[in-house]
Amino acid sequence: MPDQAEQNDQQPVSRRNFLKNTGYALGGLIVGGVVGSLVRTNPQAPAPVPAPGAAPAAQDYNQALMYFTQEQFKIVDAATERIFPKDENGPGASELGAAFFIDHQLAGEWGFNAREYMQPPFYKGEKVQGYQGRLRRREIFDIGLREIQNYSMSKYQKKFEELAPEEQDAVLTAFEKDEVNLTTISPSGFFNLLRSSTLEGVYADPLYGGNKNMAGWKMKNFPGNQMSYANIIDKEFQKIPPVSLREHLTH
Amino acid sequence: MAKKLPKVDVVVIGVGWGGGIIASELTKQGLHVVGLERGKERKTEDYYMVHDELRYALRYELMQDLSKETITFRSNEKIRALPMRQYGSFLLGDNLGGAGVHWNGHTFRFLPYDFQIRTKTLERYGKNKIPADMTIQDWGITYDELEPYYDKFEKTCGISGEENPLGGKRSDKYPTPPMKMSPQLVMFRDVTKKMNLHPYALPSANLSEPYTNPDGISRAACQYCGFCERFGCEYGAKADPVVTVIPVALKTGKFELRTHSNVRRILHSGSKATGVLYIDTTTGEEIEQPADIVMLTSYVFNNVRLLLMSKLGKPYDAASGTGVIGKNYAYQVLKGNATGFFENKEFNIFAGAGALAMCLDDYNGDNFDHTDLKFIHGANISISNFGLRPIQNNPVPKGKPGWGKDFKAASLKYYNRTLSVGAQGACMPFRHHYLDLDPTYKDSFGDPLIRLTFDFEDQDRELARFQVSRCEEIMKEMGADTVVANKELGPYDIVPYQSTHNTGGVIMGADPATSAVNHYLQMWDAENVFVVGASAFPHNSGYNPTGTVGALAYRAAEGVIKYSKQGGMLV
Repeated sequence: MPDQAEQNDQQPVSRRNFLKNTGYALGGLIVGGVVGSLVRTNPQAPAPVPAPGAAPAAQDYNQALMYFTQEQFKIVDAATERIFPKDENGPGASELGAAFFIDHQLAGEWGFNAREYMQPPFYKGEKVQGYQGRLRRREIFDIGLREIQNYSMSKYQKKFEELAPEEQDAVLTAFEKDEVNLTTISPSGFFNLLRSSTLEGVYADPLYGGNKNMAGWKMKNFPGNQMSYANIIDKEFQKIPPVSLREHLTH
Repeated sequence: MAKKLPKVDVVVIGVGWGGGIIASELTKQGLHVVGLERGKERKTEDYYMVHDELRYALRYELMQDLSKETITFRSNEKIRALPMRQYGSFLLGDNLGGAGVHWNGHTFRFLPYDFQIRTKTLERYGKNKIPADMTIQDWGITYDELEPYYDKFEKTCGISGEENPLGGKRSDKYPTPPMKMSPQLVMFRDVTKKMNLHPYALPSANLSEPYTNPDGISRAACQYCGFCERFGCEYGAKADPVVTVIPVALKTGKFELRTHSNVRRILHSGSKATGVLYIDTTTGEEIEQPADIVMLTSYVFNNVRLLLMSKLGKPYDAASGTGVIGKNYAYQVLKGNATGFFENKEFNIFAGAGALAMCLDDYNGDNFDHTDLKFIHGANISISNFGLRPIQNNPVPKGKPGWGKDFKAASLKYYNRTLSVGAQGACMPFRHHYLDLDPTYKDSFGDPLIRLTFDFEDQDRELARFQVSRCEEIMKEMGADTVVANKELGPYDIVPYQSTHNTGGVIMGADPATSAVNHYLQMWDAENVFVVGASAFPHNSGYNPTGTVGALAYRAAEGVIKYSKQGGMLV
């Protein structure tokens, strides 16, 4: 990462240029009045980000459970960490709050498949016809997590979250490769759901409870929610410190 | 009993690009237009929190609620069609502006070849070039005839671009200059020029500079924020119906926009429509809106579905090849990309605009010789700079796992070190690719869902193999350390996202026996019904469809104005 001074030089857009680029200052009729309200009053001010590892920051009241039982949460926390582990690049899914993210998502419309077509009749279809099950995501998680636990207990006589990392990987691989015999759900289908929701928890805006302190974005050099790249789009690669959506409400 | 409202001049069903253009043009001429939009209102202020990949790109904030209505799909007539329960292959727009809000802004003109595809293919290659069940036909209009309407749509949007060296003749240049070029686009341009190809900046509806259009609408320039496709534009820089044509219609005082109004039937008697029947979805009330002229301007699937449910026009019968409504469904062939991994080069992959791209047409249409090839038509080849977001973009080279420690390290490393050159293949219609009403599955009103019968053919597989190889050559020349190119198209699969370029079903042409609408998009079987949209395409070209949808909408508007004065069939 470049030092702070260099980062400030690389602020992708100044207020003046921003106004110039959008044409906002030209007095034309702008359809939609949001442009003005989006301009940060002081774009140079860095976003208030708590230093990682700093002594007890304000409590994160978001970190409680809306859906999972404690046992389910422990499995998800351990499994997501194996999918996206802590390494020399930075934190893993657990520290990023991916399991809280998944819990919160399952509590809402995504968990109920609320905006998807769930009307009968249900038939087993061809692979190219997509998901045809009657189960909703929260039910799939209930079953999938129970089966992960059952598989761990029968193979290792231990709970999944108590297994060594290599053993946890072996369990997840067995699901990924459909080596587990399940009747109600597809083991690989569940694994894929777990994998994709882990990545969501790692990289979604922190407002959803994962990607804690934007650390997922920092590792990936993704700048998050920026108003403009008009001044860097034709330039070579630039590292830009990330900003989250919360910034919109704090000016 | 439905509540019956006073008669109006024109009723418009669905207010997106088609409905918005029709409304603005007709109200300018003094016609009284009622726009029925089943979704809610939309405005630029809605996008205050738009830089949210999860909400918009993965939870489909701007898309139709599939729990209320979806489509059913089968690969062929031998298997049972099943509902598309979740989004995948394409995304259906919703609310005011429709799919015109969540698009990227690629605004092409089709090639002169497209409009006379059957004639030109026969001329150059003979009868045997067209497989027996490939139902290509001329469009009943030529490029030259449509050119003024392309020009008009481009000026409404303020398209930023430069002339396509291999495209049809233009009466005027693009209204705004090309967008800024990123280093990777410059690489593509330089390399392809050296290969004796003809690169040009992709015509973009994301404004390169502030622009005031002929209707007096001013819009701001694009900020390259990287949140475009699947998102609305918080600057109004991306042309969409809500920031261009709809306010023009409203300003006349002649356009009455009714949101939450879901049309279920077009009412008709004899060879004329008398109005429409719709539901106010906030109250459940059934309302009849009589009108002199009915404009069907919803998305492809609903244009077909409403005609079939209303028993208007002759339904297509694949067994006999007769009838027209539902015929010639086509799509886009674009699963094939060449992906290049760069060990020592990083790009601002997070930045971009929906239509920021360089492209070329050397392998599109009939710009190259097909004599020894087992397909017709081709693809626009491009490198895009959309702005790639982190949840959906985790590229890893072949051989790396999809999760775990190595995945994490590789996906972090290559996120900013990966480029892709892609081909957007044309899709030819076939006798057994069509839309009809599903016998089993219903929407939330109890009406049948539309059923899609479609698969890729040898034509598509051959085209994909050829085009991906061209992409691979370019990517190698661009200096990628590793190039991965998947040449096998496979069967059409509704699960992975491919393209929201669904076309056909209410196709245009010169012959009432083989087309549903004439070159003003006026229905052969109902003179006061015009059906606007990509549903009119007899096949889909190797381009994004919106430019042609816009041009045809302006053409149709002219037809409606003519019809409102003289009546009768315009052709």
